[in-house]
Formats: sequence, C-alpha cells, structure tokens
Amino acid sequence: MRVIPSAAVPRAASCLLENAWVCPEYLSSRRSELLAAVVAHLQITVVSVAIGALVALPLALLARRVRGLRPVVLGASTALYTVPSLALFSLLLPFTGLSRTTVVVGLVLYSLTVLVRTVLTGLEGVPEEVRDAARGMGFAPSALLWRVELPLALPVVVSGLRVATVSTVALTTVGTIVGNGGLGDLVYDGLRTDFRAEVLTASVLCVALALALDAVLLVAGRLLVPWRRGVA
Amino acid sequence: MGWLTGAVAWLADGAHWQGADGVPQRLLEHVGLSAAAVGIGCLVALPLGLWLGHVRRGGAFAVATGNLARAVPTFAVLVLLALAPSPFGLGTTSTLTALVLFAVPPLLTNAYVGVLEVDPAAVDAARGMGLTSSQVLRRVELPLAVPLVMNGVRLAAVQVVATATIAALVAGGGLGRIIVEGFGRQDQPQLLAGAFLVLALALAVEGAMELLQRRVDPLRRARGRRRAAAAAGAQLQVQGGSS
Repeated sequence: MRVIPSAAVPRAASCLLENAWVCPEYLSSRRSELLAAVVAHLQITVVSVAIGALVALPLALLARRVRGLRPVVLGASTALYTVPSLALFSLLLPFTGLSRTTVVVGLVLYSLTVLVRTVLTGLEGVPEEVRDAARGMGFAPSALLWRVELPLALPVVVSGLRVATVSTVALTTVGTIVGNGGLGDLVYDGLRTDFRAEVLTASVLCVALALALDAVLLVAGRLLVPWRRGVA
Repeated sequence: MGWLTGAVAWLADGAHWQGADGVPQRLLEHVGLSAAAVGIGCLVALPLGLWLGHVRRGGAFAVATGNLARAVPTFAVLVLLALAPSPFGLGTTSTLTALVLFAVPPLLTNAYVGVLEVDPAAVDAARGMGLTSSQVLRRVELPLAVPLVMNGVRLAAVQVVATATIAALVAGGGLGRIIVEGFGRQDQPQLLAGAFLVLALALAVEGAMELLQRRVDPLRRARGRRRAAAAAGAQLQVQGGSS
C-alpha cells in the first residue's frame, strides 16, 4: 500500500489507494521520475545501437574482405543472441561492475547479431555492374564504399537498425539487475512494492518508446534514400 | 581472475548440487517449464501458422505478431502477470503464460512463411494429381515447410530459455534463481556460477535444436543447393528478437 502525502485525499487520487492499474494521479505526481526513466532508457538504447553500428561496419567489411572469416564473424555474432540477457549482464559484472556500462556493453553485443548480418547483406546486394561503373569512373576503394556501396546498402542497413533498436529498448529493462534498466527500474520497483500503476505505466511507455524509435528510423530511412521513394 | 576461481569453486562445492535449491533441481525446473512452454506454444501456433500459410492469408497478422513481440519486454510481461489477479499472480501459471506468449510469435511466423514459400509448382502438381486441399497441406506443403517450422521451434526454445531465466527476477525458479540470489547476497561467485550454468544450458539447447532441425528434415538429402540457399535467406528475415 502506498502512502499518500496529502492528508485530505481528493476523490480523483483514490486510484493510488485502490492500487489501480491505470492511475492519472500517478502520472501527474511522479512526472519527473517517469521522465528521468524515459531519458535514461533512451540514452542507453541510442548509445548501445550507435556503438553497435560502429562496431558492426568494420566486422562486416572484414567478413566480406576475408572469405575465411565470414562464417566466423557471422557465427560468433549469432551465438551471442543465444546467451540469455540476465546471464550476459552477470558475466560482464567482474569487468564493468554495477554500472550503466555493463548494460550498454551487453546491449551492444546483442545488437551485433542483427547489425553485422544486415550490413553484410546490404553490401552484398549492391549490383556488380554498379561497382564496375564506379571503378570505371575513377572511384578509389574508400570512395566506392562511402559514396556508392553504403548509400545503396542503406535501406537494408536501416531495416537492421530498426530491428536492433526495437529489441534493444525491450532488453534494456533487464538492465535493472545491475540497477540501470531505465523504465525497467520502475517495473522492478513496482513489483517489489506491489504498485500496479507504476508497472503498467512503465511497461506501456517502454513499448511506446520502441514503436516511436522504430517510426523515427523508418522516416529517417525514407528521407536518406530519396531515389527509392515510391518504389518499396 | 579471482572471480573465475570463485565461480569454479562454487560449482565444485557438492553442497550446491543437493536439495530443493540445488543445481539439479533448478535445472529441472528450468528445462521442465521451458519444454512445457514450447510444447504448448507449438500446439497453439503451428496449426494456425500452417493453415494461414496454406490459405495464403493473415500475412500482416503473422508479421505484426512478430514485430509486437520484439517491442514488448519479457520482463514487463512477467511482472504484469505477477501482479495480476488470480489465476495469475506470483506463481507458475504466470511464468508459464509469459513463456508461451513469447514462444508463439517465432513459431507462428516461421510456420506461416514456411508454407507460403513452398514452390507453387509443387502445389500445382499435387492439385493436378488430384490431392485434396488438406492432402496438399499434409503431404506436400508441410514436408517442404519443415526446415522453417523447425527454425521457428529453435528460435522459440532459445527465447523461452532466456525468458525463463528472467522469470527468476520476478518469482520463478529455474537456474536464473541462482543468479538472482547471488545478487541478493552480493555473492559474486554464486551469481557468476549461475550465469555460467544458464549460458551452458542455452548453448546446449541451441545445439540440440540445431541437431533436431537437421534430423527431422525429410527432404534434406533430396533438396538441391538452391533451395537450401533460399531457406537460409528466409531464415534471416524471420529471426525473432532476443531476451
């Protein structure tokens, strides 16, 4: 049971006393707490996926350049997805402690499963004729990559980023085991104090955050590849 | 590397392998609950997915289920069910329900895509030979869909084993309990030992499912390289989230 700070409890506030699932009074009285959790959740997710993308690109390039490494890189990044999150965060504990770093490192590793694969698929989907034409126009290997191959791979890469981002938002909640789960911290607190409104509100916000980030990436992807507009 | 020797010492201690909270008991809880969840999930999702693929309908539904499942945190669902009124609340019913909910999407999507991607020429030939609609599904589409159906079962099993670990944060038993109790007592050797046990179980399940996937494919030898490559491509697309 939660203690209501004000002595004269207004009728509208009774949802806190009743431990109701939906409680507007909770939303207004804990607005700053909710906002802080959303911001923390957003930071953890965005940083993890961004680092994941930065790590996935060289790994994908390596797998493409050295044929023998391809199954190794793909196999290792896929095996990571098998590891349950609770175990992964625990195994990182001796290195990074009870910190946000532990959660971010774990989430980066998970994002690699999707990102390495999609970057590689995207790059391999670039038609050989396009590559030939670019070389014929005098593009150096690095210019070929940055100005021809990556832009053409972008739709596939963005679809990978969307999957990775949505999964990461959901997985961030488990970070509460090391005290850095964003909205997951509120869910866990709600469990321990039997506070339904806190659990439901944080859960709904978490799904909303995933869907919102997915929509942002969808729109960003469309804007970045104007030549595909109306095609797919 | 003191943390590693501590975890090894914990695992080597015979006392941790006995009784109601010993490793074998926790392993049994974990495997039992996971197997039940995947089994129930198969009973619910496979017939539906195969049928939707057969009638070539509900694609949007199957895809939306998969996407939504990725966005919903398993931890939040476990807690919501734990606080829900009877028959839910803290207990096995809630844990099992959550596990089944997260087993269904990969099973449904893969069964649906598996049947949908069967070569239309094979279906046409079967119809031309006079097979009824249900015979086409059972004798042609189902055997050809087995690789993807089994891929769904593998993904569901991996997902469920991971979710069952998180269930320990809420109330459930299983190997996750060892990790969570390690955290509670600030006993680093114990929580690391628990993490290693969970990791070993997850890898064993993944390995066993891969083996099963290969074993039960009736057309594995008959199938050409082209078809295998197509299945690998589709496998990539229908991979679920993780937890």
